[in-house]
Formats: sequence, structure tokens, C-alpha cells
Amino acid sequence: MAELEVEIVAADHFVWSGAAKMVKARTSDGEIGILPGHSPLLAILAAGELAIEPVTGDRLAVVVDGGFFSVDNNRVVIVADNAQLGDSATAGIR
Amino acid sequence: MGAQIRVYRQKISSTTSMRKIFKAMELIATSRIGKARARVAASTPYANAITRAVSAVASQSEIDHPLVTEPEQIRRAAVLVITSDRGLAGSYSASVLKKAEGLNELLRAEGKEVKTYLVGRKAQAYFDFRSRPYSRVWTGGTDAPEFETAKEVGAALLEEFANDFAEGGVDEIHVVYTRFKSMVTQEPTVVRLLPLEVEEQAVTESELLPLYEFEPESEQVLDALLPRYIESRIFAAMLQAAASELAARQRAMKSAGDNATELIKKYTRLRNTARQAEITQELSEIVAGADALSA
Repeated sequence: MAELEVEIVAADHFVWSGAAKMVKARTSDGEIGILPGHSPLLAILAAGELAIEPVTGDRLAVVVDGGFFSVDNNRVVIVADNAQLGDSATAGIR
Repeated sequence: MGAQIRVYRQKISSTTSMRKIFKAMELIATSRIGKARARVAASTPYANAITRAVSAVASQSEIDHPLVTEPEQIRRAAVLVITSDRGLAGSYSASVLKKAEGLNELLRAEGKEVKTYLVGRKAQAYFDFRSRPYSRVWTGGTDAPEFETAKEVGAALLEEFANDFAEGGVDEIHVVYTRFKSMVTQEPTVVRLLPLEVEEQAVTESELLPLYEFEPESEQVLDALLPRYIESRIFAAMLQAAASELAARQRAMKSAGDNATELIKKYTRLRNTARQAEITQELSEIVAGADALSA
């Protein structure tokens, strides 16, 4: 199966990048899940947590306070004003 | 001891202590420049991503957003001048200010009013000394800019941009800063931030921007994107300026240190000559005295 190539950047530093099976984010309209093969999308992120399920390893949680993300060709670029890798144990529990 | 020798000694000791200061400042600048360049590099992915997104939105949709449309008539322009807080950086601040003066004249020649926004105490001092008006000034931390400051500057400029001309708003925004080309070249640069000129890059087949769907709507996306784009451009300019400032300071302090070494050498020679002259004089006085006695 295809993978998502995820890159998370904050205004003044690079946060995380890697391959993922799924990305779950909260947009201003509601939650959205991105799987490989998603159509190109440009969306506004709402403040909150986003969950990334990497190909290997545990689910990651990233706390962002607004920003946007783009999806094209299985490449997800998450651009946050401020992003922090959260506690992976609580990821996805909302 | 002759008065002349004492003067030379004083000069040597004061130049030596100055050289110590120059050396220390050079070392500080050298150690901080690496960090400043790393910060420029760290902010690049964000800037790239945001530029790509903005060009995607702007090139695709038939948008009529105030931030991207050129006003029919530009009557007032805002100029943001980014200089340093401290001196001892050679001609760093002076050349930015010179560039800003040039832009100022150009804009006035085009019949535009100019509103000036300043970053750095050097710019403030320049404008205060000449009793020139400026709208706002941000000082502190120009050699290690914070994103918060860039945000504040961006917000202030966008607010002016959103205002009507009658209420003192501006129609375009320029930024004057020093671009860090390499350790030896830093170039004062002018860029126009708004209205937006989305650079039409030569796109190859693989780089062709995909047709994005927008969530929620393209207008809202642009509304949210553009302030971030402006902030990121301003932040990038501030980071570049910081790296340039440190590079300029390092170079200025290096040549100041070298000059101090030269001066010390010169004064040491002069002191030695003076001392020798004194000895010679004393000797000839003794010899003359002995001659007078034996004669």
C-alpha cells in the first residue's frame, strides 16, 4: 500500500517528518482523516491536536495552534504556527 | 623618563586594551553567526511550504482578495526598515538606511506618501537625529529575532493595509533589509510585500501545482494564509538581517583588531626610537662633560 510522506514544520523550526499510514487533523470545519491516495487538498488547521499513525512505531500526537496543511501526491505538509510533539499515549483519544 | 616615551606607552596600553575588546567581539559574532545561519535554514521549510501554498491558491482560483489585487492608484506606501540595535558592525546599518533613503525618494517621486516603520535602535537614532517622523519602531533583539516580533510587525502592517487611504491606511508595503548572501557578501535589498507578487516560477512537468480542493473555501483559506505568508516573509527578512549583522560585525571587528595590531607596532617602534634618542643624548652629554673637565 502506498504511504503518506508527512512533514511537519513550525515557523522557526522543523518538527517531524516520516512515512505514515494515516493523518488525522482538525480543520476549521471539523475533523478530517487523510489516507494514502487522498485528492489534493489545502485546508486550514484549527488549534488542537493532530494524530499521525506512522508506518512503524506508535501513534504520534502533535499539538498545533493553528496553521494549514496541504496534501498532494501522498505528500502531506503540515505548516503550523507552533507545533509540539505531544504525548503519544494520549494520541487519538478525544 | 622623557615625556615623549610616556605618551607612547599610554597609547600602546590603550590600544592593547581596545584590541582585546575587538577580539572578544569578533569571537562572539563568529560563535553566534553559526546559530543565526542555522535559524535561517530552520525557517526555510516553513517559508517554502507557505509560498507554495499561496502560489497554488493565487494561481488557481479567480480570487478577488484585497491582498492580491493591485489597487488602481497607490497613494501611500509603508516602508519597513530593518537595521540593528547596536553599532560596531561597520557600514551595516548605514547601508540599509541608505537603501531606504533611495526607496523613499523613488516613492515620493512617484507621488506617493511614505509611512516608515523601523526595526532596530540604529534606525530609530537615525530618524530621531534628523527629526523625521516614523510611525512605529520595534527595538531589541535584532541579532536574534523572535517570531513573536515578526508577528507583531506583520499585524501592524496588515492593519495599515486594511485601512482606507482616508483613514491613514497604506496601499503597498515595502521591506528594506540586508540579504545574507554569504559570509563575505551581504546585500541591502528592497522587496515589495503587498500587493502580492506571486512569483511565477518556471514550472516543470513534475512541479506543476496540483488542483487543490479547499477546506473550507478558497477565500477563507487565502484569508488565513496571507497573514501567515506576510509574517513568514518578515520573519525571514529579520533572520537574514540578523545573520548579516553578525557577519558584518565580525568583519568590522576583525579589521579593527588588525588595525589595532598595526598601531601597536607603529607606536612600539616610535617608543623605541624615542628611548634610543634619549640614551644617545644622555651619553653625548656625559662625554661632553668629561671632555670639558679634562680639557
